[in-house]
Amino acid sequence: MDGVGRSLVRYWRSALPLVIVLWSVSGAASGATTPDTVTPEPPSPPSNVAAEDRSNDAGGSVVISWTKSADDGGGKESVVEYLVLRSTSLAGEFQQIGSVRSGVAQFVDQNSIDGTPYFYMVRASDGVSLSLPEVSEAASSSAQWFHTGRTNILVAGALLSFLVLLFIRKAKRGEELYIRPIAGLEAVDEAVGRATEMGKPIMYVPGIMDMDDIQTIASMIILGRVARKAAEYETALLVPTSRSLVMSAAQETVKEAYLDAGRPDAFDADRIRYLTDDQFGYAAGVDGLMLREVPGAIFYMGAFYAESLILAETGHSTGAIQIAGTAMPSQLPFFVTACDYTLIGEELFAASAYLSKEPLLLGSLKGQDWGKAISIAILVGGVILVSFGMSKIVEWLTTR
Amino acid sequence: MKKQIPLLITFVAGMVMLVQYFIPHRPFSEVYRLFNQWYLVVAVFAMILGIGNLIKIHSVRLRRRGSGWQYSIVLLCSLGVMGVAGLGWGIERGGFFDYLYWNMYYPLSSTMFALLAFFVASASYRAFRARTAEATLLLASAILVMLGRVPLGNYLWDRLPLLGDWIMSYPNMAGQRAIMIGIALGVVSTSLRIILGIERTYLAGR
Repeated sequence: MDGVGRSLVRYWRSALPLVIVLWSVSGAASGATTPDTVTPEPPSPPSNVAAEDRSNDAGGSVVISWTKSADDGGGKESVVEYLVLRSTSLAGEFQQIGSVRSGVAQFVDQNSIDGTPYFYMVRASDGVSLSLPEVSEAASSSAQWFHTGRTNILVAGALLSFLVLLFIRKAKRGEELYIRPIAGLEAVDEAVGRATEMGKPIMYVPGIMDMDDIQTIASMIILGRVARKAAEYETALLVPTSRSLVMSAAQETVKEAYLDAGRPDAFDADRIRYLTDDQFGYAAGVDGLMLREVPGAIFYMGAFYAESLILAETGHSTGAIQIAGTAMPSQLPFFVTACDYTLIGEELFAASAYLSKEPLLLGSLKGQDWGKAISIAILVGGVILVSFGMSKIVEWLTTR
Repeated sequence: MKKQIPLLITFVAGMVMLVQYFIPHRPFSEVYRLFNQWYLVVAVFAMILGIGNLIKIHSVRLRRRGSGWQYSIVLLCSLGVMGVAGLGWGIERGGFFDYLYWNMYYPLSSTMFALLAFFVASASYRAFRARTAEATLLLASAILVMLGRVPLGNYLWDRLPLLGDWIMSYPNMAGQRAIMIGIALGVVSTSLRIILGIERTYLAGR
């Protein structure tokens, strides 16, 4: 048995190389004739991969950009996506941090650590194979202390502030400042007086936005003036609000105005009421109040949307004198149509100064007017410059 | 102190918000989000005041049998039912609260909105009466724009839609932008007055 066994082993050893060669040849031949196992050609790699800190941010972001692969939008059109990988050293392991679809040549890494240099690798993928890698130079993120894209806003704001403060200073010195008459504000006293004569209450509608809207803040300031007049004339003041915070602010404003007018006893907190946050629910509530209370004068001051005409037309039907003021350009035509007087845009913000006639406030109005004059001059100058092909001014005036 | 503290808070909050607009660096980059969160917290607590005010006013009216007291019953019941439905069974789609929202609240809200069409008609009738030169100009512009927006206008003159678009894109847009510039300047001026404590009307006699 031992002799036979040794013979078999010897035979197998001698035949093994031949078996391997035959097996390899047959495998290669069958591979060459089966299309399923053909290795596809990988897409062309992207080029010009660059990484840089994202400007004007709080840090933690690097922008990676590249030139698209020749097979993206052309060539074999095989690119499906680009994979973006990151490493802290060129020889280190690159980890994938994201991907973008084909046609896009930019990616923002929003998870970088400020001050740490990163190398970014971009590879095009056709869904099966990856292109050769392209690696950027090292780049690190950092936070900036000034937003350079807002320099124009800073300059304009500083100029306007300077003008406002200059005219306030002039007003303080007793210099007489002319402010053009605003019919809507001249009529405030008349409206309060008329409601008093008719023995009817005054209704003040402060819009539907909350206290974080500058129009609502301006509205509260005007409410203070109107409430003071109402207190002096001993006329009831009704303020329906659509926000709880506005209700609280209105209650405090009216209370202070009544105190100031020496009529704290006439203040009734329940007349400054919250209705609802819902836009049309609020419109329905205010309409109901108008028809039940039949006010002699109605003020609409603040931010309004689609409910503006519903309110103003209902108010018009009650025969009340109506004064509106808003900085919502789309609602102005409705108020102009349905109200007796309308404060257009900036006039809403000028109302407090105009009504008080205080020199300091009037000075700020004058500064605002000069700001407007400068804006008009820049607009006219800009139109002329652009007409002559000098479009640098457009770039300068654009905020990034 | 009652006068100084609110003025100081206004000044500090206003200046911080102003500065954060120009400085993207931390901690200023976080200030806007932080202040908004504070505002939301305050607004949520103020909501309790609002609902309390609503319940108080309508309870008093109901007790005194004031005019329209029947509506107060509807309001208080609706408030209670919606509150219990939302707090008790949640506000998920398909729930009781959702059912009430889509079958009670939503049709009522849509009805109010639909009234706008009739109010637009009545207001337009008054606005477009050609009593003065300005009103006549308004009427002419309105007719051209309206005709340009309907098939009849195109049928009458194929360039009418273009004319309507031109009125909206140029004279109308120029006017709107002029108003917007004025508003922007007014906002800056008002903000400056409040931040610097020049505008103190909200503090009244203090």
